[in-house]
Amino acid sequence: MKNAEAGDNEGLLVRRIKNGTVIDHIDGGEALNVVKILGITGTTQEALSIATNVQSKNMDKKDIVKLTNRELSKEEVNRIALISPKATINIIRNFKVVEKKGVEIPHLIEGIVRCPNPGCISNTNEPIRSRFEVHLKGLHCCYCDWMITKDLTSHII
Amino acid sequence: MRTQHIISIKDFDREGIDSLLDKAALIDRQKGRSDALNGKILATLFFEPSTRTRMSFESAIARLGGTTLSVGSVDACSMAKGETLADTIRVVSGYADAIVIRHPREGAARLAAEFSSVPVINAGDGAGQHPSQTLLDLYTIRQSMPIEGIDVALVGDLRYGRTAHSLAFALSLYGVRLHTLSPNGLELPETLSADLRESGMEIIAHDAIDDLIGEVDVLYVTRVQRERFPDSASYFNVSSSYRVTPEILTGAKEHLIILHPLPRVDEIDPRVDDSPHARYFEQSRNGVPVRMAMLREVMQ
Repeated sequence: MKNAEAGDNEGLLVRRIKNGTVIDHIDGGEALNVVKILGITGTTQEALSIATNVQSKNMDKKDIVKLTNRELSKEEVNRIALISPKATINIIRNFKVVEKKGVEIPHLIEGIVRCPNPGCISNTNEPIRSRFEVHLKGLHCCYCDWMITKDLTSHII
Repeated sequence: MRTQHIISIKDFDREGIDSLLDKAALIDRQKGRSDALNGKILATLFFEPSTRTRMSFESAIARLGGTTLSVGSVDACSMAKGETLADTIRVVSGYADAIVIRHPREGAARLAAEFSSVPVINAGDGAGQHPSQTLLDLYTIRQSMPIEGIDVALVGDLRYGRTAHSLAFALSLYGVRLHTLSPNGLELPETLSADLRESGMEIIAHDAIDDLIGEVDVLYVTRVQRERFPDSASYFNVSSSYRVTPEILTGAKEHLIILHPLPRVDEIDPRVDDSPHARYFEQSRNGVPVRMAMLREVMQ
C-alpha cells in the first residue's frame, strides 16, 4: 500500500499518523511559519511532527507538517496559502487519506497578521482583530490602508 | 437600511463626489439655511485639536436646524480614564444621530463606524484620511474651473500631509496632471505615487517653485512642520525656499488659484492675500456648504 501521507521520503523521517492532518509540499524552510500561522505553540495539545528541506520530485526542497488528532478547517488551511501557495492538505483517518486538497488564497484575513504601522488603531487595546484584504501586491490593512508588500512572515501575530 | 458613513475619499467614485459637490453648490446658492435636520443631534468627538473642521461642522449642523453635542476637552472625557474608543462610540451613538470624529490614530474612524449605530464622519485620523477637507478642496477648484484634465501642483510636506494624499487620490479620478514640490525626505510616499501612476496619473516632480508656476492651474500649498527638521536654521532655509510671494506669481497663469488647507505659517506671504489668485479663505468658508451636504447625505 502507498504511504498514506503520500510523501516521498518523509516516511524515513517522521512516522505515519493514524488521525489528523498532513500538510505537504510546503515551500522549503516555511514549516515553522506554517505552524506559527496556525497558532500552534508549545502549550497547545496537538502532537506535532515537522520535516524540513525534504527532497521532492516536483519541488527542489519541501517541508512537511503532521498534526495528530486535529483536522484543519478551511479557514485555517487558507491561511497557509499566504506563505506557501503550493501546499497540499491531507486529512487522515485511520491511516488513510480521506480528503486531499490544495490551499486557496483568502480575500480577507483576520487576527493573523499585525499591522506594521505603529499608529494604526488595530495596534491598541481596542476590542478588534487586525484585518487585511489580500491584494496581488500584498496585504492591505482595512483600518489604516497600510500595505504589507514583503516579509509577511515577520508580521504574523 | 445600512448606516451610511463617510470615512475615506477612497470610498467614493467620481460620480459620488460630483453628486455631493452638486448638492453643496445647491445649498450655497440657497444661501445655506434650512430646517432639513431640525431636531437632529450631531456629536463631535475631537481627540485632537481642531479649529476650522470642528467649527465648520458645528456651523453646518446649526444651519440645517440641528444641534451639537460635544465632550469638550479630551482630558475631561472617559477616554482619559482608559475607556476604549469602541465603548465610547457605542455610548455616544446612543445620544446622537451622527458622530463626527477626529482621532490621532489611523483607522480610528473605520473602527468607530464598526461600533456605531449611527452614521460616522471622519474628520481626520492621524496621518490617514480627511475626506471633508478633500471634498471642499475639490469644491473650491470647481468654483473656478472644471477639474477634468487640469494641472495641479502640490507643494510642501507631501509625506505626512494627509490632505495632500487624499487630494492626490481624488484628482486621479479626474485625469489631472500632478506636479509636486517638496523638501528632501518629505516627498509623496513611494507607494502612493506608484498607485497614482498605475491609475494613469502623470506626476512631475519639480525642484523649485519657479519651474512649475507657469504650468499649473491650481497651486495647493501645505504647511511644512517645524518638527520635521533637526534645527530651526534648516527649517527656515527650507520654508523660505517654498514661500509663495507676489514676485513668484508674476510668472503664473492668469486663472491660477492658490489653495491651502490652513493654518498657514510662512508658506504664503500675506501680501498674496489680496491677489485674485488667493482662494484659501474662500476654501475655508466652503467647508460649511460641503459639510452641510455631507451631513444631509448621512443624516436624512
